[in-house]
Amino acid sequence: MMVLTVGSAIVALEAKEIIYGAIGLAGSLFGVATLFFLLNAPYVAVFQIAVYIGAVAVLILFTVMLVREEKWSKELPASSLTKLAGILTGLAIILALVIAVVDTNLSQFTNIVNTATFVDIGQLISTGDAPILLVLALVLAASVVGALTLSRADREESE
Amino acid sequence: MNSLGDFVIVSAMLFGIGVYGLVTKRNALRLLFAVELMINAANLNFVAFGQYLPFEGGAQTAAPNALGQTFVLFSIALAAAEAAVILAIVVVAYRLHKDVDVSELKSMEG
Repeated sequence: MMVLTVGSAIVALEAKEIIYGAIGLAGSLFGVATLFFLLNAPYVAVFQIAVYIGAVAVLILFTVMLVREEKWSKELPASSLTKLAGILTGLAIILALVIAVVDTNLSQFTNIVNTATFVDIGQLISTGDAPILLVLALVLAASVVGALTLSRADREESE
Repeated sequence: MNSLGDFVIVSAMLFGIGVYGLVTKRNALRLLFAVELMINAANLNFVAFGQYLPFEGGAQTAAPNALGQTFVLFSIALAAAEAAVILAIVVVAYRLHKDVDVSELKSMEG
């Protein structure tokens, strides 16, 4: 699972064609979903598959395929200095976090002690976190309307 | 692959790959991929810590604690909205500039 997740993440960023990159991203998101299953959180895992792979990945794939233009996939190669800086930054962050994890006693927690099911999640969402849910619904509606307006306003301009 | 540290290490790797993508890539879609990877790393951390350490206020509570999972649900929904908006912006920027290279979008500079 770990290999699938991390390997697909690298494919997503390094694949030549952006279509393959999108498929790699979907694979990486699926890997994270399987990790959620391993963490005894099946509800979140199914939500992840439904929303990320079912909506986000498919949305990206459709956008790339519908606007089939050369420039979408063509990318000027980054200069070797930028690439070196990127690799160094990424490796430094990974190293720092891994050293921090190894240095602490996080690995001694080997039992999943939380038994929260979707019933508990539902109770939490509908009682204490209800305002967050309402605000999130508004944000979702606003973002969808905004996305539609963006593409539509531009179409009227070009006519 | 069954201790809390393993999941946190996977999350750290995803985050590092995302940072690498943000630094090196100039294609707007690749930047979107990198941001999604980093969001997923954060989500994984939320669920992992919530499942292994269900403590509230220092003492273990009788009722199971679903806060970590609930936060991740909200975060996933927000990330989906964000992806939709970014894709719309990329399409509009492409129509205006005929390019998705973020270093070429001079008119978006402040």
